[in-house]
Amino acid sequence: MIPLSWYLIASAALFCIGLFGVMVRKNAITIFMSIELMLNAVNINLIAFWHYHSQMQSGPHVTGLVFVAIVIVVAASEVAVGLALIISAYRRRKTIIIDDLTLLKG
Amino acid sequence: MTGLQIIFLIVTGVTLFSAIMVVSVRKMIHAVLWLVQTLLGVAILFITLQASFFAVVQILVFIGAISILILFSVMLASRVIQDSSPQVVKKWWLPALVATLLLGLLVNFLALWPGFETTLVELPEGSDNIAELGHVLISPEGYIIPFELASILLLAALIGAIYIAIDRKEPQSS
Repeated sequence: MIPLSWYLIASAALFCIGLFGVMVRKNAITIFMSIELMLNAVNINLIAFWHYHSQMQSGPHVTGLVFVAIVIVVAASEVAVGLALIISAYRRRKTIIIDDLTLLKG
Repeated sequence: MTGLQIIFLIVTGVTLFSAIMVVSVRKMIHAVLWLVQTLLGVAILFITLQASFFAVVQILVFIGAISILILFSVMLASRVIQDSSPQVVKKWWLPALVATLLLGLLVNFLALWPGFETTLVELPEGSDNIAELGHVLISPEGYIIPFELASILLLAALIGAIYIAIDRKEPQSS
């Protein structure tokens, strides 16, 4: 079977790619997609550790799965509110480029 | 090198490549399609971890709902996005350096943990116990308070999204 370390390295790599996307892209919607990548990396990590824990305790353990369910709920609500914000900002300012949304700059 | 390991390597390679394409392609529609492929790869990783229920949830929620929602937003805002203009900041190598350093640090710190090299064996039948998960989610000894908090969060997000996105026909200030 597969070592635990492979999953951890894959999820760390996915998280770092998402972080790179958040820092480097100019477009608000693409930044959202990068945040989705980071949340998915967290989910891989949680499920890998759930498998590890079930294997070590040799019994049905569902606590890790509850964590994954909460993360998925948070991701869904975050996308709903965030995309509503982006659409609202687009309607008022006619742009979704982050560099142009400087209303709070002072 | 067993067959499962080869499958894992192929799926992870495709997933990471798609993730890099998400953050680097110029056209946003293409980025959304690469995102769908990444999420599908993550679902296959869940299947190799024997969490089949969450693989299905991943496909339903992330691909079926979230990606489609992002696709709609891209289409709504596509008139203002000039695909020809540069989509990344000028000093893109600095975030790349930071992300690579963070990856190295994470892997180094994880390698200090003695359980890092554990081989995951196949779980016995019925470990991915959905009935047990449902009982735990609604029993007072289990996780009913986080479950209800998640429900309230979803409700608040629903109302908030409607309130933010509604068109109030105010006079345009600019």
